[in-house]
Amino acid sequence: MDGNYDVAAIRREFPILERKVNGFPLVYLDSAASAQKPRTVIETQREYLSHFHSNIHRGVHALATQATEAFEGARETIKGHFNAAENAEIIFTAGATDGINLVAGTWGRANLTASSTVLMTRLEHHSNIVPWQILASEIGFKIEVIEIFPEGTIDLEDYNAKLALAPSLVCFSHVSNTLGTVNDAKLLTSLAHDAGAIVMVDGAQAAPHMNVDLQDINCDFYVASGHKMYGPTGIGFLYGKRALLDAMPPWRGGGEMISSVSFDVPTTFNVPPYKFEAGTPHISGAIALGAAIKWMESVGLDNIAAHELALTEYAHDKLLQIEGLRIYGTAEHKAGVVSFLVEGTHPSDLGTLLDQLGVAVRTGHHCTEPLMDWYDIPGTVRASFGAYNTFDEIDALVAALERAIKMLK
Amino acid sequence: MGNMKLLEARQNEIVEEFSMFGDWMEKYEHIIEMGKELNPIVENDKTEDNLIRGCQSRVWLAARKEEDGTVLFSADSDAIITKGLVALMVRVLSGAAPEDIAKVDLHFLEDIGLNTHLSPTRSNGLASMVKQMKMYGLVFSARS
Repeated sequence: MDGNYDVAAIRREFPILERKVNGFPLVYLDSAASAQKPRTVIETQREYLSHFHSNIHRGVHALATQATEAFEGARETIKGHFNAAENAEIIFTAGATDGINLVAGTWGRANLTASSTVLMTRLEHHSNIVPWQILASEIGFKIEVIEIFPEGTIDLEDYNAKLALAPSLVCFSHVSNTLGTVNDAKLLTSLAHDAGAIVMVDGAQAAPHMNVDLQDINCDFYVASGHKMYGPTGIGFLYGKRALLDAMPPWRGGGEMISSVSFDVPTTFNVPPYKFEAGTPHISGAIALGAAIKWMESVGLDNIAAHELALTEYAHDKLLQIEGLRIYGTAEHKAGVVSFLVEGTHPSDLGTLLDQLGVAVRTGHHCTEPLMDWYDIPGTVRASFGAYNTFDEIDALVAALERAIKMLK
Repeated sequence: MGNMKLLEARQNEIVEEFSMFGDWMEKYEHIIEMGKELNPIVENDKTEDNLIRGCQSRVWLAARKEEDGTVLFSADSDAIITKGLVALMVRVLSGAAPEDIAKVDLHFLEDIGLNTHLSPTRSNGLASMVKQMKMYGLVFSARS
């Protein structure tokens, strides 16, 4: 169905895909929650821990030099892959959530006032809502919601109307984790810039599925999580334009982020990215994230995207043959996610029975309660795809679903 | 006035009932059946106050103390498997003495291999419901 894409060879690189669950071969359709890890990621982390672990940026010995080079090499890989202008614009964080909290805690605290407005879409994950709500409760700025159409796309008319409120900041997800909608990040950014706003993009669900060119999108901030792009948990990055990062106050205080510390004269701070990387970072995670990105590049993100698109279309066709099944999120541009409900069944019941049949899906509100409330549903069943998923696995999902529905009805 | 033997007998009865089923599918079919049969909670009791929010499914639990001192539970859930598990809990604990409810060791789910449903990470509201039932037991025994 998709030419030369050797999914069998890709699957062999993922040891976890060999295991069974409840006696059935694992059908892992939850990559949007977290992707599995290829051998090169596992090996890179093991290699680091076994051969050259050391603290970075401070020692003069061989191990410290080697670890520092690998860590900074990973930053270089991220900068190159996402086409940032310079390495200083890539800040290692614990993940996308951590990156958003960093922007809220520094840029937000320094630039938002009681009379500010922050725009965000109805599609957002809680991690792109709550940090701003917490800050709003402190500072008193207003949060306005950009509405969507029932298919899960942003209502541009409403967006333009809200931009007329002269917001200081616009936050949106590049790809919706619940519906799979791919937002036109470049267009949304340019409209926001025309209105004088700073733009923060949550790229957690986009980074594993497509080539992302940050200078082309031209957003001011972009965050992603390593574990969703086949890398380790606990590591991710924040991209910020250099001029903004230079002007932003530091976030967490500690080692590494300082220039000079004194009890007598004011402590001075390091330059970006180090200004925002207090303490010993997740060194092995960063290095392995570099390996994960190189792995995605070796397969080719365009190839991964084409494969996932084929899987998504196949899943749509097959699932819609099930009576009473409704798909949530039917935008023309989608990435790797199919959310659905079956009339007369509860998503949690379907998830429980699918698990018994070895099929791992996510059920619930997917940390997007405002979106679920808008659809007036308790949640959905979400099947999400990665580079390693197969058409057979979608058949297995459909067969398991039919069995589960029969039991529940 | 407690009668812990009653609760033990009820749990054992359920364990025995489930021992007849060969595979997980039959077990779940039975749970689903019980979910369907559970007397629906009276609409008046299906309030926000009685709602126990799980991440995945919602559970309502109401309790009242009868004149003989025992506690009567009624419960519901929007998910049928959760509702079946809720029905099992009600079957064991409803009509028991409050001090027994507070103290009882609920082992039957583990015995029938369904204890994963009680894990707090399961987020189906069942673990919170059991905690709430025991809380009612504690409160009602303190008042008597």
